[in-house]
Amino acid sequence: MASTHDAHGHADHDHHHEESFVSKYIFSQDHKMIGKQFLMTAVFMGFVAMMLSILFRIQLAWPGEKSDFLSFFLGNQWAPEGILNQDMYLGLVTIHGTIMVFFVLTGGLSGTFSNLLIPLQLGARDMASGFLNMLSYWFFFVSSLIMFLSLFVFNGSIFGLDIPGDWGTTGNGPAMAGWTVYPPLSALSQLEGSGFGMTLWLISMAIFIAGSLLGSLNYIVTVLNLRTAGMSMLRMPLTIWAFFVTAILGVLSFPVLLSAALLLIMDRLAGTSFYLSDIMVGSEMLTNHGGSPLLYQHLFWFLGHPEVYIVLLPALGLSSEIIATNARKPIFGYKAMVGSILAIGFLSFIVWGHHMFITGMNPFLGSVFVFTTLLIAIPSAVKVFNYITTLWKGSIVFTPAMLFAIALVSTFITGGVTGIILADSALDIAIHDTYFVVAHFHIVMGMSAVFGLFAGVYHWFPKLYGKMLNTRMGYVHFWITLVGAYGVFFPMHFVGLAGAPRRYYNFTTYKEFDTDAYEMILDLNVIITIFAIIAALGQVIFLYNFFYSIFRGPKAPQNPWRSNTLEWTTPVEHMHGNWPGALPVVHRWPYDYSKPGAAEDFIPQNVPLGPDEEESH
Amino acid sequence: MESRLLIIVIIVIGAIAVAQLTRLYELAAKMRKHGEHDIQDRDNYLNARLMLVFNIFQFGGLIWLMLKYGWTGRGPAASIEGQSTDWLLNLNFAIILAVFFLTNFLLFFFAYRYVRKPGIKATFISHNNRLELIWTSIPAVVLAVIIILGLQTWNEITSASKNDALKVELYAQRFNWTARYAGSDNVLGKTDFKLILANNELGLITSSTIDSSIQAMRFGAGGIMDLQKMLNNRDTVFTDSTLSVIRTNLGRKERLLRLLNQMKATHNAQTDKSAWNDIIQKDTLYLCKNKPYEFTFRSKDVIHSAYFPHFRQQMNAVPGYGTRLKFTPIYTTAEMRKLKNLPTFHYILFCNKICGGAHYGMRMMVVVLDEKEYNAWMRMKAKKDFKASITPAAAPEAPKDSTATQMI
Repeated sequence: MASTHDAHGHADHDHHHEESFVSKYIFSQDHKMIGKQFLMTAVFMGFVAMMLSILFRIQLAWPGEKSDFLSFFLGNQWAPEGILNQDMYLGLVTIHGTIMVFFVLTGGLSGTFSNLLIPLQLGARDMASGFLNMLSYWFFFVSSLIMFLSLFVFNGSIFGLDIPGDWGTTGNGPAMAGWTVYPPLSALSQLEGSGFGMTLWLISMAIFIAGSLLGSLNYIVTVLNLRTAGMSMLRMPLTIWAFFVTAILGVLSFPVLLSAALLLIMDRLAGTSFYLSDIMVGSEMLTNHGGSPLLYQHLFWFLGHPEVYIVLLPALGLSSEIIATNARKPIFGYKAMVGSILAIGFLSFIVWGHHMFITGMNPFLGSVFVFTTLLIAIPSAVKVFNYITTLWKGSIVFTPAMLFAIALVSTFITGGVTGIILADSALDIAIHDTYFVVAHFHIVMGMSAVFGLFAGVYHWFPKLYGKMLNTRMGYVHFWITLVGAYGVFFPMHFVGLAGAPRRYYNFTTYKEFDTDAYEMILDLNVIITIFAIIAALGQVIFLYNFFYSIFRGPKAPQNPWRSNTLEWTTPVEHMHGNWPGALPVVHRWPYDYSKPGAAEDFIPQNVPLGPDEEESH
Repeated sequence: MESRLLIIVIIVIGAIAVAQLTRLYELAAKMRKHGEHDIQDRDNYLNARLMLVFNIFQFGGLIWLMLKYGWTGRGPAASIEGQSTDWLLNLNFAIILAVFFLTNFLLFFFAYRYVRKPGIKATFISHNNRLELIWTSIPAVVLAVIIILGLQTWNEITSASKNDALKVELYAQRFNWTARYAGSDNVLGKTDFKLILANNELGLITSSTIDSSIQAMRFGAGGIMDLQKMLNNRDTVFTDSTLSVIRTNLGRKERLLRLLNQMKATHNAQTDKSAWNDIIQKDTLYLCKNKPYEFTFRSKDVIHSAYFPHFRQQMNAVPGYGTRLKFTPIYTTAEMRKLKNLPTFHYILFCNKICGGAHYGMRMMVVVLDEKEYNAWMRMKAKKDFKASITPAAAPEAPKDSTATQMI
């Protein structure tokens, strides 16, 4: 199956040619470099989004109090006298969500590790199409840039550069309609927060989607066609299974979001009425008739829910690999894990309606979505039990990556169980759009995926940069992050159960009707913000460790974690084509850890079966 | 300015300090002669113990929060529907808390218990079909129970209201709510957004409001005649862009006028009276204890969401769509104040779908009265129904009427 590619790889190797700086570091077509580019961009965007969250958390904990920190970052325009502007509050929330979901946890997680690991773990020289792969990164880069710049729209200009024409120039600031940008709010460009910033948001997303599709198609083709000899589908590491299913989800669902965004752009710029009907803005009567705001929600969540798994599956895949390696034990129930990934992938397409229980959708349709949504709990539970059993009777080495992977399982449980409440329509209506929801998805999707991302960076840093990260700093970073994450999101459930709606600039309304609840919400918000600040400071340790180690970290050994997968059979120094000689041939599954009868406690996939050895799976 | 300087100085000093520390650490590591990948037993045991410590922090934190704040800071459910929701919520919470405690404990305990120890190898176990079957089927059975109970409650609280349910419409606009009671006939008058005028904010359809709107569209300030005059005025010169704005506006208003004329032609005057006796109420929504209510929702501009946290109900108000929900209040405000031991307590209606900068201030007080108090309030209110609120002078009969200035 891999013979043709093999030949091509040899040819490449024989004509070893010097690459220019541009083709090596900028417009590189090498999957390892592209992976690193995705990671760098995501680290930057992640830092921006984290800072945004600290800015609005300060407002929530100390509403109306002057803050030098706020005026330092937001200036007089958005934080006059150090008090956050109420429109900008929504802008910060919107861009924080957008960046985290799409640019960090989709682009950063899947982009980095699919690129790095798919060819390396499958024994391929590179992706099926290096050129499309390069394009996929540059689309991602441009969309990141546009999204970042949209923060600086003010009075029809960006950094003093005028925005040409009357191209939706009304309004200041970035998109301010929440990360879901529901129309009509996002469609009416005369409203604050729906002006040029919103147009930029939509353009950025459209470009992001194009890039994501190019990447995903490449991943699918590579997994199907470029596996090395002996690498049958059921010998693939679970990481690859996760990336593979993630890519399929992306290809099937992102185009729907693209159409949603395009129709919204039409409504904004071309006067169409896809999402608009019978609307008055102030005293201005619009003639738009017959459109449906709910159409947008259906299209959005048709992507939006698979998106949760586009974010989660790679994190779960990475942690499967890391947990097995560092427990020195096979992952428990490999086939059940593969089955769960496939089941989650399939089910994720038929559950989007649970985001819309209170839109006036027919209650019967709601019942169907309750049923399908709760079904997802079954494969998820199987995965959790399998992780826990993998630890059982293991011989655990707590590398920073292992710590993050275990924490991922914990947040996956903690956030997952509250999902059972939200999937149940009868309960959802009582807490929909409250902080309970915010707590739920931040733990199950945000934290789990971020922990997966960190676990991946700590584990594969030697493969990415040929250097080692500082382990002790990793420990400090991990414990601060874990305690911070629970400190932020546990109390948030209780804010939500007190009925506090999300996307509220402050909760002073509570003073008018329930002073007890007001006190409670304010107390909890202070606790949350303090933990958030601590967690954010913890990330500075990571950033320092990350950049310092890229340049000055100690050189990595070839197989630092004594792992079985093929990426650790490549030389430490990156080379085009990955393996200097012939491609490795695979003889076994990737989880032969502590196999009885073996000399070492790991047997790499390219080691042939011994004389009386039985293949395990 | 000084504080900015301070922030920058602190950041710089912090960075230098960390850099120095790393240097120190690296020198020490070189002397120890083991790589970063080689996890020492001391560090490994420390992390194993911290796993257990964290588990205690995690459980302790949750239990502390539950003891201090309970799991509904909203107090007891104040409606029949809310009571069944709360019962189900408590049941579900019991289940998920059990799962949460059990699985998190196993996870962190195993992490602690099976830390690498010298001389002990991991046990090679790749799978166990029986175990896997057990932990697939147990969640499946529990979920079946959750689904069945959930759907029962769901059907109960979303089913059609009884005929005698009191009809109230909640009309949402950025950033306030307006309530409309159906009046003595318990039938809400029909509405159309094209009829919205200063004296008909909800756009109720009656023969006379249609006429007023047609008049305003044609002759009101900023109406069709005004715009035509502007275009034909030779004394003023407009820029191209202003001209195109005026023409677009004119075209839009002519389209709207045609639609209004159509509405007039097909309007059935028999339905007028169901609109005339509607009662419009701002600021506070008064409800009667133990009466079933059927709420319908409309929105003027963007999507809003009517969230009644104490009654455990919520429904979006979507422009161009009608939505509904029902509930029956069971405690008066006075009774709830006693239950919550909070003399200043009120029920509230929030907006719970992002609708713009002042979203957080969009709310309406809700007061539940007993039947006697409610009837007294309603008798007083019924004197000022929709018909009484429209004075004949307010309806623009002639060109250039001042009440139509809203119509630009």
